[in-house]
Amino acid sequence: MSRAETAEASAGDGAAGGRAAAARAPGPLWTLGLLRNELTTTLRRWRTIALLGVLAAVPVLIGVAIRIETGDGSSAGGGGEGPAFIAQITNNGLFLVFTALAATLPFFLPMAVGVVAGDSVAGEANAGTLRYLLVAPAGRTRLLVTKYATTLAFCLVATLVVAASALIVGALLFPLGELTTISGTRISFGEGLGRALLIALAVAASLVGFAALGLFVSTLTNSGIAAMATTVGLLITVQILDQIPQLHAVQPYFFSHYWLSFADLMRDPVYWDDLVANLELQALYAAVFGTAAWARFTTKDITA
Amino acid sequence: MAELSTADGDMADARGTAGAAGAVGPADAGAPAATGESTPTEDTADAGDTVIATRGLTKRYRGGQLAVDGLDLAVPAGSVFGFLGPNGSGKTTTIRMLMGLIEPTSGTARVLGRPMPRAAGTVLPHVGALIEGPALYGFLSGRDNLLRYDSADPAADPRTRRARVAAALDRVGLTAAGAKKAKAYSLGMKQRLGLAAALLRPRRLLVLDEPTNGLDPQGMREIRSLVRELASDGTTVFLSSHLLDEIEQVCTHAAVMARGRLITQGPVAELAAGARGRLVVTTPDPADAGRVLKEQGAADVVVAGDRVTAEPPDRDLAEVNAALVTAGVRVRGFGVERASLEDAFVALTGEGFDVAG
Repeated sequence: MSRAETAEASAGDGAAGGRAAAARAPGPLWTLGLLRNELTTTLRRWRTIALLGVLAAVPVLIGVAIRIETGDGSSAGGGGEGPAFIAQITNNGLFLVFTALAATLPFFLPMAVGVVAGDSVAGEANAGTLRYLLVAPAGRTRLLVTKYATTLAFCLVATLVVAASALIVGALLFPLGELTTISGTRISFGEGLGRALLIALAVAASLVGFAALGLFVSTLTNSGIAAMATTVGLLITVQILDQIPQLHAVQPYFFSHYWLSFADLMRDPVYWDDLVANLELQALYAAVFGTAAWARFTTKDITA
Repeated sequence: MAELSTADGDMADARGTAGAAGAVGPADAGAPAATGESTPTEDTADAGDTVIATRGLTKRYRGGQLAVDGLDLAVPAGSVFGFLGPNGSGKTTTIRMLMGLIEPTSGTARVLGRPMPRAAGTVLPHVGALIEGPALYGFLSGRDNLLRYDSADPAADPRTRRARVAAALDRVGLTAAGAKKAKAYSLGMKQRLGLAAALLRPRRLLVLDEPTNGLDPQGMREIRSLVRELASDGTTVFLSSHLLDEIEQVCTHAAVMARGRLITQGPVAELAAGARGRLVVTTPDPADAGRVLKEQGAADVVVAGDRVTAEPPDRDLAEVNAALVTAGVRVRGFGVERASLEDAFVALTGEGFDVAG
């Protein structure tokens, strides 16, 4: 009859022993076990890997398309319009990183974040696992913070996946070297790489507010699908409204309004105003919707 | 030949064993309670007597439906407490309030001597729960499911996590299937995995909501023996069910709910004794037997085929039998059918065991 007691026994009959007594008092880091488990569970999940795979494919598509189009020596995006920096990719593969981020930021990246954020609480409720996490007891605030932290980690991972994929494709298909900033100055390839990393971080930070919005939506329903659809629907709505000139009075408050400010990191010197405005706006969204999600989730009757 | 028998002798035996196990419980329960609790003792002393105590516990859902109405529940430490009621009678809502998942509309609930849901963080690590069936991550293996639930508990030692998960899997007989994805599990296996999650750590209270749902007869027997075993270790088991014989077989105490209200609670033996047993005579001469029984002072004599039943008179039943034989009644069978919990339930509610509307 080997059973749970074998492990427990050591804790139980060591009441006198200091080592066992220490084992019983919860360590301060134990509380992070849930975050670690949540991170590995989320990132190892087939759905997450598929989302990241789609994101990684975007730079490949852009890179290959430009390579084919410019095979005859003409310059990319010469006549038409395209994502920022697309015309410079043929000169320097590093620009594929900027182009890929500019291409994925409006929809692909936030859509993936919307899936993860929308499903975070509602998906657990849908599966019924939420009640078991809460009686474990995970603690409502702790669970919500864990979910948000994991969503933010996904924002960063997703952005870095796009950037890394673009860097690899850019290096394989195009020459690398010194690059010219928007302001016309030339910077070394090393500094260019640094700027690329900064831009990736700025893009990831751009998703913070939207992730909080998705988390809040996720606490409103017991259906993961409904939460994901609502979150992505909000994204599309806001992106459309942001294009309507008559709404310019409210547009600075849309979470996506300053998203493309990351291009300012390619100026020399860097133009910070919009970048800072973006970070402030994201922090505001995170505070407002994070609080709303907390208020909702900590008082909600868990009937699923 | 007269044959004396009690209809449910087996069940009485089973209950007796469980009762005895439950009786030693409180003494045992004190020990892990005292050592396992890292918090002040004021509450542990309280918890020594009553593991679950509610006062006027009420839940009215939005929309006005009164799910639980003024519940005063007292679950003694060390008992195997059966929580009975038809589907929709408020059992699960009560359990969810006890586990801090639902905020009561009014009234209080104390679990292990502490108020819920306020003290959920300190109480729930000592409570294992299976609520409304198991819920699993289909994309994770059985083992990873348990690892996840265990890491959700901030009081669970991560260093012993793998060992405890392996032990819990072993205890419910899932070691071989531990690496399989949970979505490939049968309902019975899911139920077992849910139980394993409740047994990840030594618990002072186990709350099992319909634990034998979806299990085959062999699985049900295993769960019952597991419950008895846990109870003999001093764990209080709070077992909800709509299966009366299940409660009768394993529980020492029971409470009956109907339409959100508590109808009765107490030791199972007392509840069943509340409804009196009936004298049953099997005979080829039912008319004569009925007449003799009336003469002997039996009330409510009912003749049906070769069976004559009556409320037993207040005298030695051996003499009643002798009187029957003296009167020339040929007796095939003579005995008292003990009241079952179902009889008690019907007597209490005046209704069958159907879904409340």
